[in-house]
Amino acid sequence: MRKLALSDEILLSIEKPARYIGNEVNSVMKDKEKIDVRFAMCFPDVYEIGMSHLGIQILYDMFNKREDIWCERVYSPWVDLDKVMREQNISLFALESQDPIKDFDFLGITIQYEMCYTNILQVIDLSQIPLKATDRGEDCPVVIGGGPCTYNPEPLAEFFDLFYIGEGETVYFKLVDLYKECKKQGLSRKEFLYQASKIPGIYVPMFYDVTYNEDGTIADFTPNREGVPKQIEKQIVMDLSDATYPTAPIVPFIKATQDRVVLEIQRGCIRGCRFCQAGMLYRPTRERDVEMLKKTAIAMLESTGHEEISLSSLSSSDYSKLPELVNFLIDECRQRGVNISLPSLRIDAFSLDVMNKVQDVRKSSLTFAPEAGSQRLRDVINKGLTEEIIIKGAGEAFEGGWNKVKLYFMLGLPTETPEDQKEIAHLAEKIAERYYEIPKDQRNGKCQITVSTSFFVPKPFTPFQWARMCTIDEFLGSARTVNHEIKDQLNKKSIRYNWHEADVSVLEGLLARGDRKVAEVLKDVYEHGGIYDAWSETFDNQKWVDALERTGTDMNFYVHRERSLEEKLPWDFIQIGVTKKHLLKEWERAHQEEVTVNCRQKCAGCGAACYKGGVCFENQN
Amino acid sequence: MKIRIKFAKQGVMRFIGHLDIMRYFQKAMRRAHIDIAFTEGFSPHMIMSFAAPLGVGLTSNGEYMDIEIKSPIASADAIRQLNEVMVEGMEVLSFRQIEEGKAGKAMSLVAAADYTVSFRPGYEPADGWQKRLEEFAKKDSIVILKKTKKSEVETDIRPMIYALSVDGDNVHMTLATGSAANLKPELVMSAFLKNEGFELHSFALSVNRDEVYADIGTEEERKLVSLESLGEDIVL
Repeated sequence: MRKLALSDEILLSIEKPARYIGNEVNSVMKDKEKIDVRFAMCFPDVYEIGMSHLGIQILYDMFNKREDIWCERVYSPWVDLDKVMREQNISLFALESQDPIKDFDFLGITIQYEMCYTNILQVIDLSQIPLKATDRGEDCPVVIGGGPCTYNPEPLAEFFDLFYIGEGETVYFKLVDLYKECKKQGLSRKEFLYQASKIPGIYVPMFYDVTYNEDGTIADFTPNREGVPKQIEKQIVMDLSDATYPTAPIVPFIKATQDRVVLEIQRGCIRGCRFCQAGMLYRPTRERDVEMLKKTAIAMLESTGHEEISLSSLSSSDYSKLPELVNFLIDECRQRGVNISLPSLRIDAFSLDVMNKVQDVRKSSLTFAPEAGSQRLRDVINKGLTEEIIIKGAGEAFEGGWNKVKLYFMLGLPTETPEDQKEIAHLAEKIAERYYEIPKDQRNGKCQITVSTSFFVPKPFTPFQWARMCTIDEFLGSARTVNHEIKDQLNKKSIRYNWHEADVSVLEGLLARGDRKVAEVLKDVYEHGGIYDAWSETFDNQKWVDALERTGTDMNFYVHRERSLEEKLPWDFIQIGVTKKHLLKEWERAHQEEVTVNCRQKCAGCGAACYKGGVCFENQN
Repeated sequence: MKIRIKFAKQGVMRFIGHLDIMRYFQKAMRRAHIDIAFTEGFSPHMIMSFAAPLGVGLTSNGEYMDIEIKSPIASADAIRQLNEVMVEGMEVLSFRQIEEGKAGKAMSLVAAADYTVSFRPGYEPADGWQKRLEEFAKKDSIVILKKTKKSEVETDIRPMIYALSVDGDNVHMTLATGSAANLKPELVMSAFLKNEGFELHSFALSVNRDEVYADIGTEEERKLVSLESLGEDIVL
């Protein structure tokens, strides 16, 4: 019988003890005596969120296919257990073996969003590992960061031994093999890190020094040891059809956020929206072979017993074999009594037909993400959606029986004026008008249009990386403008409006484009008890306000200032394929309100072709 | 075809709540290729009902659920297929055909259950408690204060204790269970400890459910039979 790290007394006094006991279907147990390398894979948020993440499932499966490695999982203990562990000095443990993380060789942390940064400190701290990489002894696990936020790793740099820049399927084995070799030779931790820094994509922050100008901007970023590369190149998988994919993902006992089979159909996006970081980071767009996807889908349904399957990718409508794949899944799922959860698709005849087949039209809603209210501003952000397309799509759907529409927008986009903001309300109104054009006896009651706005956060490696971000007051002012405009319209009763919290958004802005100095803010917040900032019930803005004050951090410098084009940005040392020159050109085109067409229509020469594959080389054989 | 499944829930699975066990079995049925029947309608769900929910923290060797299948399968095959996809701690013990009709539903049949209760190390009462407990259970009435939402009611739990014996450190009891009368083993132990002058600590007991029974006797005389004995093995 498995022995648990926590006593029954603890487990029965906290919420959802199933978060901490492991033993799930398809979780992997190994004999630790026969293992060379123990890897703890962490998602620094609560179990139900972490278990829904595809990337960890892929890497968990990839590592455990090797006999000499045992990869286990660890998540952030929820606040109730966090408190108990601190009081009783219990060391954070992995779910499978229930062994302390501090006894592992590696602790790999995936960093998916900025507001989990304090949870990263929580995980390292509860594991009883020193927070600063330079304070860690020979016995400490090597702490690795990966995921989208590592494209600006600087605010977290001092807490990590190394960052893995790129997709996990590529150089992890190289890193593990190097580790085994160094261990065999009896080399020190630092020597291992030095050698690791030469593996493409591996960034070891302690081997780089940063100097600053008087105005706080970066003067220089240079390696402090000979042989350490000046630039780090993103590593990506070029053949996604041959790449490792988990056919038996772990099935949690408690309901995870994604309680279904997740099939990743492609990586990257051909669209080039200028605010979108993922759209730039994952270039070039690479598709998985449709036959591989069909086979994998069946294998995953068989091995998990899940009653639902969903497709995962950016802009799924752009997957070239989408109709073939979806029609196959509809047939296959009908026989098995499995539901298909559709990704958000461009509304057209195909998607309406498919939605009609797999959803209850009365209950489901249509989703549009125009992101900006006016056509002028949609051209600025390069969102190729026009009002005409939206009204036409909504009209077809209304004729087909739908009556619910969700609209997503951002506020605070570069060049935005109150007129652009009011256009959000006008667009919702026009959609409502289109609905009421349908004769009363043929429509399905009132229509429900839900308008949601989030606040624009400029991200590294986007054409908007230089942009200023609005202040909290500006954001709330623009949300009021939208709200008033909606309330002044004829169809106000058919339109609901929700907007995000602005205080979290500006902190996200700070962490997204921060430099190494921002680590002080993070430490201060954490030391004053701040964790789970991504959760509204636990987020405490005052802790951040106090930390900014105590550390003398200027939000204007990091967030609300437009950066000069000459400025050295903290993330400039990372190469993602897409060049800074291209981003700059797009930043200029944005100001000229010029649209750049998608990769399939015309190559914009972004630089991602250096990876020698994907959409850049489609139709060229 | 109506089927009654008996299963054990042991080890770390004691921390998985009743609703999650239902979800677990829904997925397990698919993995094991059991040809289970679904309800009609736009969102069909598996026809599956559980006899008596088990509290979190308790283990059991006698859990029951009823399902409906569309094509016959030999009991031995079904048990093997299901056990091949179980996690550690979960084991399917029997898979039997039961009579059609609502009256046969496991949930409505439940009348009693067997429990084995022991004190966790460090929580045992003073020496000789075994003897004192057996004497206590023989009293004509055991009145406790039962808290309801609005008030406290005095209840005599003695009639709901059908049997109680102590074997070494293990207490075996048969208690009324189900919708008509329901008594939890913790309540019996807490009444005993109160009699001794102590409060029962919430983590003091380790409890295993051994069996769940239906009552096929008359109003005058109980006749308890295990739920599985009301079904028959399928041999093809």
